[in-house]
Amino acid sequence: MASYLGAVEIHLRPGALDPQGQAVGAGLRALGHGGVSEVRVGKHVRVRLEAADAAAARAELERMCGELLANPVLETFTVTLLPDPPGSGRD
Amino acid sequence: MRAAVIVFPGSNCDTDAAAAWERATGGRADLVWHEARSLGAAEAVILPGGFAHGDYLRCGALCRFSPIMAAVAAAAAEGLPVLGICNGFQILCEAGLLPGALARNAGLSFRCETVSLRVENAATAWTAGCRPGQVLRLPIAHGEGRYWLPPAELAELQERGGVVLRYAAPEGNPNGSLDDIAGICSPGGNVVGLMPHPERAVEALLGGEDGAAILRSVLARRPGAPRREAASRA
Repeated sequence: MASYLGAVEIHLRPGALDPQGQAVGAGLRALGHGGVSEVRVGKHVRVRLEAADAAAARAELERMCGELLANPVLETFTVTLLPDPPGSGRD
Repeated sequence: MRAAVIVFPGSNCDTDAAAAWERATGGRADLVWHEARSLGAAEAVILPGGFAHGDYLRCGALCRFSPIMAAVAAAAAEGLPVLGICNGFQILCEAGLLPGALARNAGLSFRCETVSLRVENAATAWTAGCRPGQVLRLPIAHGEGRYWLPPAELAELQERGGVVLRYAAPEGNPNGSLDDIAGICSPGGNVVGLMPHPERAVEALLGGEDGAAILRSVLARRPGAPRREAASRA
């Protein structure tokens, strides 16, 4: 067993209305970023977990997404394993 | 008739819901803390509005881990009337007791106003005291009330009479919800979730009494409807 750091990104499904993203986009354009056409606001969740290997860690993180971290009716997710930060003692 | 009003950390419409139940039905309402494992002698369950568990992760997402939810799910499966109001509706969807999800309102507003609602299904446990097509006036107060369901599931919901309330003229749809849906029910008709607040419309002095019709509906016994024996409540 080893320690893995999972990074989960959760977003609204493509095409789903994102009023928060629209508001942020309007704010960016008001600040002069005229080229901004679309903003989507999602969530980033970091999970440290023990697993047998990277594949097992990834699979378990995907299960976590399906079970709790994302609402499959509205959201999609991606799972990435991160290298441990320098100086964390695990790198 | 006795009701259990579930109180999660962050619920804030619980005392109103309890008072409204007692005023509208003449029965007793008990506040039940989310860590309890029993609903006591309750014959109806209400999940009130608020910000349960701080709306952490998603509105209502963490409530399914509250110990009381096992008893709520069992009550729903047994056919007891279960009503989810606003945050309570979000909780029922996240717990899998109702289909779909409530998303952030279209437009950029938290909508806090009185709206008109048309009763689409007067055969549910919570609308049996209403007439099909009846228009009710109820307050709403929500930032994430836009009901959504994948298109294939929406057709099934509509066909089985799962749409209980729709936003109606003159105010219309305040949040962009699919098909103007304001409230839905489970296939058995005993679990109902709605975004408007019936517990805020039980006194004419405070604006209207249409909410009382929803709460009193559970007193209307339908032939063959399950009726729980209070003594057998575990």
